[in-house]
Amino acid sequence: MTQYLLSVLFVLLLLPLNAAADLRVFSCEPEWGALVTELAGDHARVFTATTAQQDPHYIQARPSLIARMRRADLVVCTGAELEIGWLPVLMARGGNPGVKPGTDGYFEAAAFVPMLEVPQRLDRAEGDVHPNGNPHIQLDPRNIARIAPALSERLAKIDPENAADYRKRLEDFSQRWQSALQRWDTEAASLKGMPIVVHHKSWAYLNQWLGLKEIGTLEPKPGVPPSSSHLAELLETLKATPAKAVIRAPYQDPRASEWLSKQVPGLVMIEMPFTVGGNAQATDLFGLFDSSIALLKGAQP
Amino acid sequence: MNSGVKACITVLALSLPVCVQAASGDELTDIRRQMETLQKQYEARLKELEARLDQAEALAHQNQKELSGVKTAPPVAAATTSPEPAAAGTPAAGNAFNPALSVILQGSVNSYSENPDNYALPGFQLGEEGGLASEGLTLDETEVTASANVDPLFYGQTTLSLADQSNGGTEISIEEAFVDPTMLPAGLDGRFGRFYSDIGYLNRFHSHAWDFHDAPLVYSAFLNKQYGDDGVRLAWVAPTDTYLMIGGETFAGNNFPAGSSNRVFGDVQSLFVKLGGDVGASNAWLAGVSGLRVNAHNRQTDVAGGGSDTFNGDSNLLIGDFVWKWAPNGNATQRNFKFQSEYFYRDESGDMGVDEGGNSGLMDYNGNQWGWYAQGVYQFMPRWRAGLRYDRLSADNNLKVTSLGGFQDNRAVIDASGLDNNGHHPQRYTAMLDWSPSEFSRLRLQYDRDESLVNWIDNEWSLQYIMSLGTHGAHEF
Repeated sequence: MTQYLLSVLFVLLLLPLNAAADLRVFSCEPEWGALVTELAGDHARVFTATTAQQDPHYIQARPSLIARMRRADLVVCTGAELEIGWLPVLMARGGNPGVKPGTDGYFEAAAFVPMLEVPQRLDRAEGDVHPNGNPHIQLDPRNIARIAPALSERLAKIDPENAADYRKRLEDFSQRWQSALQRWDTEAASLKGMPIVVHHKSWAYLNQWLGLKEIGTLEPKPGVPPSSSHLAELLETLKATPAKAVIRAPYQDPRASEWLSKQVPGLVMIEMPFTVGGNAQATDLFGLFDSSIALLKGAQP
Repeated sequence: MNSGVKACITVLALSLPVCVQAASGDELTDIRRQMETLQKQYEARLKELEARLDQAEALAHQNQKELSGVKTAPPVAAATTSPEPAAAGTPAAGNAFNPALSVILQGSVNSYSENPDNYALPGFQLGEEGGLASEGLTLDETEVTASANVDPLFYGQTTLSLADQSNGGTEISIEEAFVDPTMLPAGLDGRFGRFYSDIGYLNRFHSHAWDFHDAPLVYSAFLNKQYGDDGVRLAWVAPTDTYLMIGGETFAGNNFPAGSSNRVFGDVQSLFVKLGGDVGASNAWLAGVSGLRVNAHNRQTDVAGGGSDTFNGDSNLLIGDFVWKWAPNGNATQRNFKFQSEYFYRDESGDMGVDEGGNSGLMDYNGNQWGWYAQGVYQFMPRWRAGLRYDRLSADNNLKVTSLGGFQDNRAVIDASGLDNNGHHPQRYTAMLDWSPSEFSRLRLQYDRDESLVNWIDNEWSLQYIMSLGTHGAHEF
């Protein structure tokens, strides 16, 4: 009996070795999973911990995520405290020292982009403030261009056998991304200065890229659900400075933006994709920005 | 680094005119000379700092080119250990490596329709934490937690609890103080020091993370609310997509259900297996089986009414636990539901000393006790949750008096021990409603209909607050 159990255990221990032909990538958010797929192709088996329907701030350290963390060769996350509630738990319980922060197995995208909205004052009375700045960095495609070479380099470092292929894929991706950037710049030229209302302060990078003008937020403070008194105030603001659209991510409650769009004639409510998988068009990173621009342009007269 | 150097230069530049102004009242020539030397010194320092700044900038550029940013940027671990980035900009300060600190403030107001002093769970011996919370306005427990990576190999964490003593003083107790080796390979996970055992589901959570104000009856009756002790843990996570974790612990055995330890490798050993996974995007589950083997030496427990028991013998506990969570598309921010249930079975056998009013009897004790609870908590809109819970306990204790020791008869010994439940099964119905304005605060209203004793229906109300200061808490499953 003991011998049988031991042999089962032995087989279990061997399993990961046999299956280690590909790189196992644990991606915290869909955008990084999509980027790894662009840069690694078949070399990586990507597991994405969250979907576009989930708020990346409020994820629980589910058993299935611990199990995936346990076998990951590379963990790719936003960082900047976006995953502070759950990633450290996964790290602590996953028993995988190869992907701990500070090792080559851990890649933090926010380390490669200039951060916006870094708070001057750290006080929880201001709501969910992120000490390192706004973590929703994926919504500026120029950030993707900054992160891609670093991620490609990292892939090559932990999987040197395929380094040449990673370099080739990066080159290919960068070319396609640059031409897409030019296309988006032309397409979105008319969006410059467009006044919008946002649900949560998660659009800073998109605003900066497209030159959108944020008139107000549905949340009175970051992470605090919209209240009727705050919405009434916002309504007054909109009378003075009208906005074209009210935008939100798929995981945010539509009721507040529905209410607001009914109160304000001409204010279009838009559910933006926010990340890859956020709507039917946003199947990859290119689709994410194609769809975002198309939706915003749809709100223009 | 960069911004720190820049800030230093700014401070220096600003302080220059201040020095001049402050000095312009005294002997002029002398001061002018002093100022000149000062200025020279500052200029030299400024130049030095500028050079350093250039160097740093060059280095940063190089780093960016090399794209090995993670080594220099503070990733998640650094973020969790130091919530104030301001500390990073002042390298001279000695507190840059301060551990992550969090403080939990808890308090409640409790009311009981029956006298809480008479509270007991017939058929069970209760440790000192097994009873009801104090009546009236009370500060429940103030917790201070500090944690940080010790070095590349170890992570340390401690939780100190401050609570009032019945005699009016304040008791500081070490709830947890443990060290985790961080570089164990192949899914291994270790811990040593003082910590809560990983048996069952709820045991490892601090009380501020519970969904109800009070512990389930099984935890009050079998584990003195929660079992933690000094010991060592080793666990292993299997390399499978379904979560499978196997672990074991050995504890000194200085806390209930043990007595006072007298073995090198401890009086308490545990073994547990946990299994978990997802069902679609909306559901996740965790199930476990745990065993706790206890060799109790001189386990003292008080009996309601003034007596006390002393137990020597074996106490073996088996726990089955199950948790199911639901959230539409896995997005728990709007609505979510959590179901949780645990079953406890314990077998105890040994000698039971019974003391009351100067008499001390002795019994042969062979006890079988079991119980369970099930609870559901539903978040029906952001910030608001409502929950229901049902608790039930049963005992079948075989008691044989071997020495009267001054008691009148066998019956008197058995009654004084509190171990005969006279066929009564304690049960309790609980309902709660809580409001959490943010992740860091919670207010809870709770009602218990407690039928623990024969002819005792206690209507218990409590209003509770839990506030968390400092480091962001973990979203444990």
